[in-house]
Amino acid sequence: MTLAVRFNHIVKEFGPVRVLHGVDFALAPGRVYGLLGENGAGKSTLMKILAGYERPTGGQLLVDGVERQFADAREAEALGIALIHQEFNLAEHLTITQNIFLGHEHRKGWLLDTASMRSAAAACLEQVGLAVNPDARVADLIVAEKQLVEIAKALSRKARLLIMDEPTASLSSGETAKLFALMARLKSEGVTIIYISHKLDEMEANTDEVVVMRDGQFVTRALTADINRQQMANLMVGREVSDMFQPKQPPAAAAPVLFKVSGLTVPGWVRDLSFEVRSGEVFGFGGLVGAGRTEAFEAILGLRARSAGEIELGGERVDIRNPRQAMQHGLTYLSEDRKGKGLHVDLGLRENLTMMTLERDARPWLDIKGGRAALDKAIADFGIRMRDPNCAARSLSGGNQQKLALAKYLHSNPRVVVLDEPTRGVDVGAKRDIYALIHRLAAEGRAVIVISSELIELIGLCHRVAVLHGGKLQAVLDQDHLTEEELISHATNTRH
Amino acid sequence: MQPTPATNAAPAGFSFERLKGLGPVVALVLLCIAGAMLNPDFATFDNLMNVLTRTAFIGIIAVGMTFVIVSGGIDLSVGSMAALIAGAMIVMMNAIATGGALGPVATVAAGIALALLFGAVFGGVHGVLITRGRIEPFIATLGTLGIFRAVLTYLADGGAITLDMNLSDTYGPVYYQSVIGVPIPVWIFLLVAVAGTVILNRTAFGQHVQAIGSNEQVARYAAIRVDRIKVLTYLLLGICVAIATILYVPRLGSATPTTGILWELEAIAAVVVGGTSLKGGSGRIVGTVIGAILLSVIGNILNLTSIISVHLNAAVQGVVIIAVAYLQRGRR
Repeated sequence: MTLAVRFNHIVKEFGPVRVLHGVDFALAPGRVYGLLGENGAGKSTLMKILAGYERPTGGQLLVDGVERQFADAREAEALGIALIHQEFNLAEHLTITQNIFLGHEHRKGWLLDTASMRSAAAACLEQVGLAVNPDARVADLIVAEKQLVEIAKALSRKARLLIMDEPTASLSSGETAKLFALMARLKSEGVTIIYISHKLDEMEANTDEVVVMRDGQFVTRALTADINRQQMANLMVGREVSDMFQPKQPPAAAAPVLFKVSGLTVPGWVRDLSFEVRSGEVFGFGGLVGAGRTEAFEAILGLRARSAGEIELGGERVDIRNPRQAMQHGLTYLSEDRKGKGLHVDLGLRENLTMMTLERDARPWLDIKGGRAALDKAIADFGIRMRDPNCAARSLSGGNQQKLALAKYLHSNPRVVVLDEPTRGVDVGAKRDIYALIHRLAAEGRAVIVISSELIELIGLCHRVAVLHGGKLQAVLDQDHLTEEELISHATNTRH
Repeated sequence: MQPTPATNAAPAGFSFERLKGLGPVVALVLLCIAGAMLNPDFATFDNLMNVLTRTAFIGIIAVGMTFVIVSGGIDLSVGSMAALIAGAMIVMMNAIATGGALGPVATVAAGIALALLFGAVFGGVHGVLITRGRIEPFIATLGTLGIFRAVLTYLADGGAITLDMNLSDTYGPVYYQSVIGVPIPVWIFLLVAVAGTVILNRTAFGQHVQAIGSNEQVARYAAIRVDRIKVLTYLLLGICVAIATILYVPRLGSATPTTGILWELEAIAAVVVGGTSLKGGSGRIVGTVIGAILLSVIGNILNLTSIISVHLNAAVQGVVIIAVAYLQRGRR
């Protein structure tokens, strides 16, 4: 039932680029390992090798002492190694049951044994604590539910070693707690778990041991009990991360209200939401997944129908029907879904950066020279790192893609910026850069709205935080009341 | 953080990637060499102009089709649309000539203006059906394909609509006349291709078309007026169809229920052979032009040589389409 793994000088090269420089370490069965490292450290590549998605260029992979060369993920799965992807590998049009058994269908002779698959799927869903019908189509699920389906799928394959890549990125705190309970149970059953996350508090609370990678190499390992969060962060970055957050500069007393929303109602999502944000203020939005935060702003942008509500920008009432009108009034919104809504990953960096301002700058031909200059400036200003400025956006690491997306949505010089989960799936170094940028935006006199599921982020970054629960505004917490306990109690509506 | 390599050298395989993009050019050059070897008449200026003139109709439509396909759409109706525009144009011009209010030149000019108007309206209707009506482009244009052709057949009463003889004499030079030795349709084809290239690569509109085809959601969030741009691509294609029709009508001086049959497939084939993905997102007008020429060179060579029957033209074209697609596979 148990399974031990040893990486023996694993090397991986993509063309001329070497991403793994001989990684050596071993994992004992039945433990929960935290794999730490910034984006680009090689964690994901190493895990893909372990799960059979990539083949090493050199070195050996030993599973239970036997050298293995997996031709594909199926062979790794046969040994009980399952990788839960950061980006979902689900067929949207199929049902949960069909997804769970995709490629491993139960058969009765020539026909599918749907009844047995359905009941097995229901059992797996119950294990992960997802109360939905196994016949529901995956396309109808919200992101957090899809994540749980991925985990259920791995469980159905009788995994003995489970690799989870940022599993909590899209989960609310309640769902996260359930996931950790599940991990503890699996561990007690002898399953080895490799857990990858940028959330160091989760690492601290849920792993037995952390393994640190940096620049394609194994750096060190330590028992989780022996080190604290600060030490983990320092090990990852390889330098002191003195402070993630800069001290907050309160907006000037006379700072005008730049953005005001009153009585916003989005059918099925948000009821009677009102708030205002002043120039120089960082205003947070907290709440559980599905509380209606994203939907509220999509409705403000005109991407979703709203049945009531007034919007004022810079003291003037405005009628916004689409993102373009919003931009013309000085409001831009960066979606939480970077690849699906934020960036054209197949297009180049310049095309992405100037996408929203093409028409403004065209006279009438595209200003390609100006675009190149703007890209050079953005690369410097936002600290975007890439191999080649002519590459497609998809070849950037997550953190750098996010910086590019921020640059894109700031390129039109908006007065009000809405950033939805601005640091999701981003490493510590990039996170700190983004926090510094948010402070800078506020200091320049803009109104900045940050929607975040990370409590520490809301507390460290925002002057005030609005908390939604079930589409209703529960509270607006000011500096004096901004604590994890307050945020959680309002978000879960368990305040007495 | 990722280490930044010291060099900005192009990644390996770059030149090979380049070569794949040149697939249609390579195919065209090989065909031309083969043609010249098989029949000395092939490599003459007259024959070149002949091929280009015949290519002009499909080529002009294919330029418009490139915009639609790059934006992630499709238009199956262009052949029927050309037939209906041709029929309607001839009926109108004959009516004006019978009325006698305008001279022949003014009548032809009015006919041309009407054709452009029809093309723009038909294209615009497609765009509105697809965006406002949220009907799949395939279905919407499959519907109008039937409608356009049926209306033409009705107008022609199952036979042919023929242009008035006097008007034919006035209008004929638009197809048959040459300027500096090059036939007018070839000039127009060149003009449309150049304009298309500039619009697709050098304007905000062109960039938005590519952005929508690459990922419509991202484009929507990036403050691009997605619906408006889509309508414009279909409208542009409608105008291209009208231009092709304007050049086509003086050639035969009539429109019949078989006018423009299968043009949609030839135009789509030219676009795809030219390297534009049917999934949208990226494409090149130059490629489309080469694709269109490639397909008509095949017919020309079969006409000039007797190795393969002309009746197998479509089969040879099919083989070439598949071969070029094979060369381009896996570029994404």
